[in-house]
Amino acid sequence: MTTQPSVPPAAPAAILPEAPASGSVPSRATPSPSAAGQLRRRLTPLLLLVIAASLPWSTLDIPGLFDGPLNSPGTLQLLALCLVFGGLALGYDLLFGRSGLLSFGHALYIAAGAYGVDILVSHYGWPLWRAALVTVLAAALLALLLGSVALRTSGIAFSMVTLAFAQVGHIVISRDPGGLTGGEEGLPLASAGLPGFLVGVSNTVNLYWLALAFLTVVVLVVHTVDRSPLGRTLTGLRDDERRIAVLGLSPYRLKLLVFVLAGGLAGLGGVTYALVVGGASPHVASSELTLSLIVMAVLGGAGTRWGAVFGGILYAYLDQRLARLGGTLPGPFAEPLFVLGTLFILAVYFVPGGLTGLGARLEPLRRALRPRRD
Amino acid sequence: MSTVVLLTLTGLGLAALYFLIASGLSLVFGLAGVLNFAHGLFLSIGAYVTWSVVGSWGLLPAILLGVAAAAATGALVELVLIRPLYTRHTEQVLVTVGLSLAGVALLQSVWGADARVFPRPAWASEVIGIAGAQVPADRFLLIGAAVVVLLGLLAFLRYTRYGLIIRAGVENRAMVSALGIDVRNAFTLVFAIGGALAGLAGILGGMYFSAISPGQGASLLIFAFIVVVIGGLGSVAGAAGAAVAVGLLQQFVNYYGTAGAGDVSVVVLLAAVLLLRPTGLAGKVATA
Repeated sequence: MTTQPSVPPAAPAAILPEAPASGSVPSRATPSPSAAGQLRRRLTPLLLLVIAASLPWSTLDIPGLFDGPLNSPGTLQLLALCLVFGGLALGYDLLFGRSGLLSFGHALYIAAGAYGVDILVSHYGWPLWRAALVTVLAAALLALLLGSVALRTSGIAFSMVTLAFAQVGHIVISRDPGGLTGGEEGLPLASAGLPGFLVGVSNTVNLYWLALAFLTVVVLVVHTVDRSPLGRTLTGLRDDERRIAVLGLSPYRLKLLVFVLAGGLAGLGGVTYALVVGGASPHVASSELTLSLIVMAVLGGAGTRWGAVFGGILYAYLDQRLARLGGTLPGPFAEPLFVLGTLFILAVYFVPGGLTGLGARLEPLRRALRPRRD
Repeated sequence: MSTVVLLTLTGLGLAALYFLIASGLSLVFGLAGVLNFAHGLFLSIGAYVTWSVVGSWGLLPAILLGVAAAAATGALVELVLIRPLYTRHTEQVLVTVGLSLAGVALLQSVWGADARVFPRPAWASEVIGIAGAQVPADRFLLIGAAVVVLLGLLAFLRYTRYGLIIRAGVENRAMVSALGIDVRNAFTLVFAIGGALAGLAGILGGMYFSAISPGQGASLLIFAFIVVVIGGLGSVAGAAGAAVAVGLLQQFVNYYGTAGAGDVSVVVLLAAVLLLRPTGLAGKVATA
């Protein structure tokens, strides 16, 4: 064993002599990322979660970014809304970025969640938890029902059918059937039916934590799916549906499964949204909301681990802040959607992988600029 | 009887609007493969340009300028935004989505978010008696314009060289390119035609609803999408047939059923057509 000058020192077999020998097939061809890197990947989200959860105790005042100190109700409400949209965008990315299903009707399931819980609590006086549970299940059921029809088509036709279904939802909600939805005015959530800790300005902090919990749930669900065999199958579905079919799997059933899952998450998001905003308005059922979800996912990086979350938070923040700053900006910049739409178009052209992919794209540049060590 | 006549003509008027929007959408999709969410923007631009010059120029020149502005917008969007993303269809759709959001906001900042009263020729406000029904004359204006456009478009597609290239491109774009014809000029042309027709639809829609607002294009666009899919992507005649079916169904069910039932029934029709005949009534396969 003296004649091995050509073997590179980084060959996986050479550096992993103590790997479990039970499996005869080498588990992966490429060397695994370093233990420190993996630890950092695991710990960073946890650390962010801890920071986000403890934010309400901070009285830090960031003048440019927020109107009041971090623990003021206004700032917490804004942050809660950002977190809700982060979760909604990630839930949508389960369809769009991960499975390649360009649904234009995702707002329908969000609206089902928001209006469902609102109607059950405000009109029928249900306790919140029961109403929320039933609403989320109903949203998933609605997704099952409509998805089983819409998924018989694919490509653009699928987008159109989902768009049309959602449009029906928007029309029904705007027409105020039986005085249930409050029509164009929307339906404020009756605070009498809510548990005390969610009512009142001083309890905004609880809404913030609720929104954070929702985002955490979505992240856990979506990342579990990502890691599971289902996640890989979905990626396969996105890249080459025929191949999945040839492998003996049913694309239709898989797509329906992920559609229902995304519908349920959207329903949960709708419930959280209604609680944070204190009611539901026809805007949550509009195609505009679905379009903005697409913008969020693409802006942050569709199909990446954190892209949609980041995009959702950024979009919601800019939308709120620009609306607030509206009067002070000149011309079309006073319209938040003009700024966001333009930003989005620029992102599609110049940042195809989304903002979270920017780091990886700049890596060669950084490496070139870094002084050589040896 | 008179109710049926009135409903039919009103439904046909609505169908005419849908057709004007859908035919451009359908051609753009059939040829370039772009699902154009910014089509509603072309519509609004046509309407607003006409609205802003009608006071000083008179109605007919204003209409011509509005249509021209919408056509120019369409061509410009194709040249600047769509062409660099050639063959990347999802990105193209995303760009038109962004454009529709930004464009409507831009219109709002220029002309305000409120609806504006739209002028119409004096004779269009009159009422014509047909078979006992009192039918507003603007219906005939819409139907007449749509019929002229339909015949003109079919003649253009059938008898001109560019029409031939467009038809061939819808059928098989790769083959047309292989024969040495630059299909991209045809893309610009269909975007300009689609923009012009959408602009016309915006102007006529302004006369029909007697008001325009920045968001009007978006709400009409969804029904136009439905018409395009039912009619078959890429087919002008299919779009015409589907527009009539959708317009009549919507009017009749909205009148005889509860409010909003007509819109719902249109979606049911869409679902039924797609399940029974995924290619639409006429046209190429609606996938991808």
